[in-house]
Amino acid sequence: MRRKAAQIVAVIIFVGLLAMTYISSQNKPRTFGGDLAAPQKQTALKKYGVFLEPVNEAANITFVHTSPEVDPKLNHIKMQIASMGASVSICDFDNDGWNDIYFTNSGPGSKNALYRNLHNGKFEDVAPEMGLADVNIKGTGASMGAVWGDFDNDGFKDLLLYKWGKPELYKNIGGKKFMQITAGSGLPQWVNSNCAIWFDFNNDGLLDIFIGGYYSETLHLDSLTTTKMMPESFRYANNGGRNYLLENMGNGRFRDITLQAGLTSTKWTLAAAAADFNGDGYPELYLANDYNVDEFYINEGGKKFEEQGGPAGIGHIPKSGMNASFGDINNSGNPGIYTTNITEKGILIQGNNYWDPKAKDAGENPSFVNLAGISGIENAGWSYGAQFGDLNNDGFMDLYVANGFISAKKNTSYWYDYSKVTSGNSSIIGDARNWPDMEGKSQSGYEQDKIWLNDSDGLFEDVSGLICPPATYDGRAVAMADLWNRGVLDVIVANQNSQPLVYKNESDGTYHWIGFDLIGTISNADAVGARIEVKWDGKKQAQIVTDGIGFSSQNQHRLHFGLGESRHVDSVIIYWPSGRVDRIANPQIDKLHIVKETKRGN
Amino acid sequence: MGQDKAGQLPKNNAALQWLKNNFQYIPPAFITLILLVGQFTFGILDSYVNLVAAICTAMIAEAILARTILGTWRNLSSAYITGISVGILIRSNVVWPYVVTALLSILAKYVLRYKGRHLWNPSNFGVSWMLFLSSMSVAGLSIQWGSNFAAMCAIWVLGLLIVHRAKRLHVTIAYVVSYIVLAYLRGMITGDAFLAELSPLTGPMYQLFIFFMITDPRTTVSTKKGRIIVAILVAFVEFVLRLYHYIYAPFFSLFLVGPVAMFIDLTIHGRKSHIQLSGDKTASQDSRSGLQVSA
Repeated sequence: MRRKAAQIVAVIIFVGLLAMTYISSQNKPRTFGGDLAAPQKQTALKKYGVFLEPVNEAANITFVHTSPEVDPKLNHIKMQIASMGASVSICDFDNDGWNDIYFTNSGPGSKNALYRNLHNGKFEDVAPEMGLADVNIKGTGASMGAVWGDFDNDGFKDLLLYKWGKPELYKNIGGKKFMQITAGSGLPQWVNSNCAIWFDFNNDGLLDIFIGGYYSETLHLDSLTTTKMMPESFRYANNGGRNYLLENMGNGRFRDITLQAGLTSTKWTLAAAAADFNGDGYPELYLANDYNVDEFYINEGGKKFEEQGGPAGIGHIPKSGMNASFGDINNSGNPGIYTTNITEKGILIQGNNYWDPKAKDAGENPSFVNLAGISGIENAGWSYGAQFGDLNNDGFMDLYVANGFISAKKNTSYWYDYSKVTSGNSSIIGDARNWPDMEGKSQSGYEQDKIWLNDSDGLFEDVSGLICPPATYDGRAVAMADLWNRGVLDVIVANQNSQPLVYKNESDGTYHWIGFDLIGTISNADAVGARIEVKWDGKKQAQIVTDGIGFSSQNQHRLHFGLGESRHVDSVIIYWPSGRVDRIANPQIDKLHIVKETKRGN
Repeated sequence: MGQDKAGQLPKNNAALQWLKNNFQYIPPAFITLILLVGQFTFGILDSYVNLVAAICTAMIAEAILARTILGTWRNLSSAYITGISVGILIRSNVVWPYVVTALLSILAKYVLRYKGRHLWNPSNFGVSWMLFLSSMSVAGLSIQWGSNFAAMCAIWVLGLLIVHRAKRLHVTIAYVVSYIVLAYLRGMITGDAFLAELSPLTGPMYQLFIFFMITDPRTTVSTKKGRIIVAILVAFVEFVLRLYHYIYAPFFSLFLVGPVAMFIDLTIHGRKSHIQLSGDKTASQDSRSGLQVSA
């Protein structure tokens, strides 16, 4: 009798579990697809305090990205190989006080675009006259991204263009034109790169360059001699391109010190970000790697780097690292690192990471804990670029994540074919010949970009498609900038093989803000690596100056802090890379402050 | 020297005898070895917590269900293998799918029974169900693990030795040969490279599938000929499912074919005959000593 009763209980539990799991699988969260009705602007403004209005046409931005050309031997998987190259970087290249936009193109003969801000809501492409348009000439490679940095401290930001090809350096001549100075600069001859940043790794006041390698630098992807060029494993690949750390020698020349500095990894790097995480004044280097674990390099006094991803907690689970960006999501004064990966329901649930630094004593190496799950910013789709920024000025940093891998034939999927070959031995996965023909299939395509609003203290609400019209392009790079000097962050998204999205932030204007544009005097002129800590209304938020952040992107140089309803800022502390600390008492709110580093003795 | 040799022989014999008497611990030890090699060379586990949750759930559920439903204490090595298989084969960023899948797997053994025997391989049931739902929280081990050729060969050699010892080598060989032949045929149909079709067989998901699921003595039919036919049928149904792009085709195929074959076998031969007719010492031992090599 007791056994019979136990049997009945077992059956009830069994059926209950089947039912529960079935029902929970049907109750999907907001899908990645763009099947949402167009949101009402007024409703969004009332509910969230922000609406992102696409204004390409009104802003006169007509740029369309075209994908790079690949060797005919890769034609069967061309869409997958040629799936990157759309990038966006923001810079006030002519120092007129208005942010300009640079988009890269990738098709052979295609033109990059430099949109100068005309101050009237419109932009004008001045790339041809500036000498920054015709840079994808066959044989020189395809543009993958660009980062602006004032490497010679003359007050004008210069441009580093990285490619699947020959990287180029352009000197900004007074904001009037650009001069290519690659020859003799010490840049490598050929890198298949999807990321580069400017940072002053040795704090000598001169911006150095990091370029991350993706495909091996021995390959010319448009003219291959072998098809054995794919990753040797989906999780443990070490056959990517080498990285480059180029030390600025101060005379327009750069010295390759990669090996001496200990950056010997050949993982498939897709994003890099640098900031001082252990308080010793020197920036650490975070590398987001595809097909392997991410890496976290501790800067040892500006002399060399030591990889500490494992001890730091970030180097254990291999995912598909595609982005690295900073954000202080819980107003702790300690920005964390957001990395993007892949989530495809039922097939691959990697999830994105938000690496929150654990509190440590100054000088101790940092360690991190992943808060993406409990913060609600884990599953986005096939994610690429992501940026934090306070979109509604409520005092908490929000998050925009670009999504979507390949949008080709609708209602088709390459996932089965992909999983078939990627589950196999390195000798199979590593040879492109073995990869099934894509036959025009989509893979994680037609995904809506994710927008998460920070409710407060690190908890996010998914408002994708609710604060902007639905859009399902294959998003790659994201940048945030105040394009029209209105005290709000606009969003610019570069989409692969398509037009970008320039979103004008239609904030309801009820909240306050404060902005800072830093100029180094002892530190590098861009103040890259400087950290600003703003305290107000019991809150404390820190942000870091970067020249290159996210995936193939660069935000505006100035740092923007939303203040909510507060009309008063308690304190502003600026930690410069030189070690100087400046304080600003009672700064005016709703204003951009241009701050020059005080010299010693001041 | 001579004394040493003479002295070692009885020891070796004793060790072999001990192995024979305790063969039920070899498969759990083997799957643990696969896990350890994978973890320490590649770090295959995303979280120890998930694995421990799956193993503990499976073993506790087995102990409770065996005691309350069958009125006996059971050797938990089978539940251990179920738990470890779930821990490896399921991928999720949260713990609950590991607990639920392990629990469903063990419950299936006690709920879905015919003539006193369970019809589904336990972890095949749980894993297939969770993967079939295609939820936001669960994925399978399809594109994971390293691609080290030597490690793969070592696991294959060890695995083959163990299924040979378990008298299920013919099942593995029948399935693998069928898979290869059908992969070639599939390549001709789809136009994809033969190596692409063969590729999954070189991955870790199939190592667990071949050595622990389709060879499970508890859920294979009673005759050698029957087992070979079933293995070929599993490969064939998988072939069809693959043509329809089911990523988890092997699990789904065994999920469909395995219980039908068991049902027919038990109907024809009955439970008693099933054991007696097997003509297979290992299968007989299964029922007497509780030998558990199922996943």
